[in-house]
Amino acid sequence: MQYSLPGKAEATLREILPRLVLSPSLFLILLFVYGFILYTGYLSLTDSRMLPSYDLQGLDNYARLWGQRNWITALQNLAIFGILYILICSLLGLVLAIFLDQKIRGEGILRPIYLYPMALSFIVTGTAWKWFLDPGLGLENTMHLWGWESFTFDWIKDRNMAIYTVVIAAVWQSSGFVMAMFLAGLRGIDSEILKAAQMDGAGRWSLYTRIMIPQLRPVFLSAFVVLAHLAIKAYDLVIALTNGGPGRATELPATFMYSYTFTRNQMGVGASSAVIMLAMIASIIVPYLYAELRERR
Amino acid sequence: MAHSSQPAFSSARLLRACLYAVLILFAVYYLLPLFVMLVNSVKTLDEIRGGNMMAFPENFTFEPWLTAWSSAQIGVEPTGLSPYFINSILMVVPAVTISTFLGALNGYVLTKWRFPGDKIVFGLMLFACFIPFQIVLIPMARVLGTIGLAGTTSGLVLVHVVYGLGFTTLFFRNYYAAFPDELIKAAKMDGAGFWRTFTRILLPSSGPIIVVTVIWQFTNIWNDFLFGASFADFDSMPMTVALNNLVSSSTGVKEYNVHFAGAVLAALPTLIVYVVSGRYFVRGLMAGAVKG
Repeated sequence: MQYSLPGKAEATLREILPRLVLSPSLFLILLFVYGFILYTGYLSLTDSRMLPSYDLQGLDNYARLWGQRNWITALQNLAIFGILYILICSLLGLVLAIFLDQKIRGEGILRPIYLYPMALSFIVTGTAWKWFLDPGLGLENTMHLWGWESFTFDWIKDRNMAIYTVVIAAVWQSSGFVMAMFLAGLRGIDSEILKAAQMDGAGRWSLYTRIMIPQLRPVFLSAFVVLAHLAIKAYDLVIALTNGGPGRATELPATFMYSYTFTRNQMGVGASSAVIMLAMIASIIVPYLYAELRERR
Repeated sequence: MAHSSQPAFSSARLLRACLYAVLILFAVYYLLPLFVMLVNSVKTLDEIRGGNMMAFPENFTFEPWLTAWSSAQIGVEPTGLSPYFINSILMVVPAVTISTFLGALNGYVLTKWRFPGDKIVFGLMLFACFIPFQIVLIPMARVLGTIGLAGTTSGLVLVHVVYGLGFTTLFFRNYYAAFPDELIKAAKMDGAGFWRTFTRILLPSSGPIIVVTVIWQFTNIWNDFLFGASFADFDSMPMTVALNNLVSSSTGVKEYNVHFAGAVLAALPTLIVYVVSGRYFVRGLMAGAVKG
């Protein structure tokens, strides 16, 4: 008995060692992700102002949130931005991928050029585009100097158009990435299928529309999920490009949450907006992850 | 015969010329902002105001770079961006190292030492990759305050380790899943335990995925703005936050050339990594997006 106990303890340790190694990470995730989600969820039900308060007041914050014009503006902007961002990135990415897939000389140079913006910080991207789109300094000024006097491009100063400048800069940053995803998808298509289709006399156009693009369905889905979650989280770019302005013309949920929580002392409302953001992302990500994980095994 | 094939041949060439034209046009579109930043970062302020942003500098000057690096006004201090560049490095190096190390261990356990419920654990970690960070800002600020890490680089390291774990675990898990189980079994039969199997069998062949993970984490953490803006104070501010302060400060003359030099400085580390190891960068992006 005396001899076997240490042996047994060692065996138990060996048994649980893997789980022991995993446990710090799991603990961090459970606390800092799921615990924090619960905490923020709880705060959204309290009368927290400048500091967290634990006095529950039901769904008042949500009622106030949906009564805020700023919140509605933020959601409308997110809808415009998100839809255009996803559509243009996907379309541009697909077209560029198909073009690059035509045995292009210099593909090795073009591909990295399309993709490098993805390595940049959104703050850098925002700084560059803010200037480029500034009518007095950037594109408009350049066109005037080149002799096209009537050229105007002042969207960044225009309340109704400013949100589209965010789309321009965001598409610039992400479309190369989508291109890379589609290109990898195109290259992954079984060449036997293509040969068979060509034997059947499929032309180049129908080869793409009938065979290759339908095969890219999983890539479309992945691109959608990635872009949609990036759109909902979009924060840095707006801060650097327009800082939410002019006025509140480029307010997005992420900027709304930040300003209500940390500068307007409406932490409860801020927390409730964060919960809505989480719900939006979860409604896209959870089904996707569920399907991906189930497929695997 | 020859007569009819002639136009077909030339129209194919025309099509091909158009193809190249479009591709090059887009290359210009992607390069233009970087070009504008670089060209205007070596012009004098007068030349920028009076001139064309596309034009090459008439009086080449390196002054804006020096100013951006060591004497530009950031907030109230005329320190330039250099202390914040160093802050970013002090934040990135430990955060990348720790999160990559933990990710490797997690991936190893989740694939080679599976246990009941491991998929739930992985699912929980995976979902953590995608949460909007707004949902954790308030409690994080409080926890950092409570444990005395508010406004410090160590606090930012902790934050980036925690929210990078999901991705690093994902990368290593997918990589190790493809690693033949027979080799692991053989090692176990030879009496190799948990650690020896890891260090002798898996780690030596983990080179590529370590590179992918390090690049991914480096890029994300270097480029982060939200956490830096929320949790850092003036002494621990990372580069992105300092750059935004520099560019958006409303006092004094807007020194655009200095702003551009600063922006390029902030972009340089990740750009260099991208140029040197673009292949791995793309692999990381793909692994983050399309699993399996």
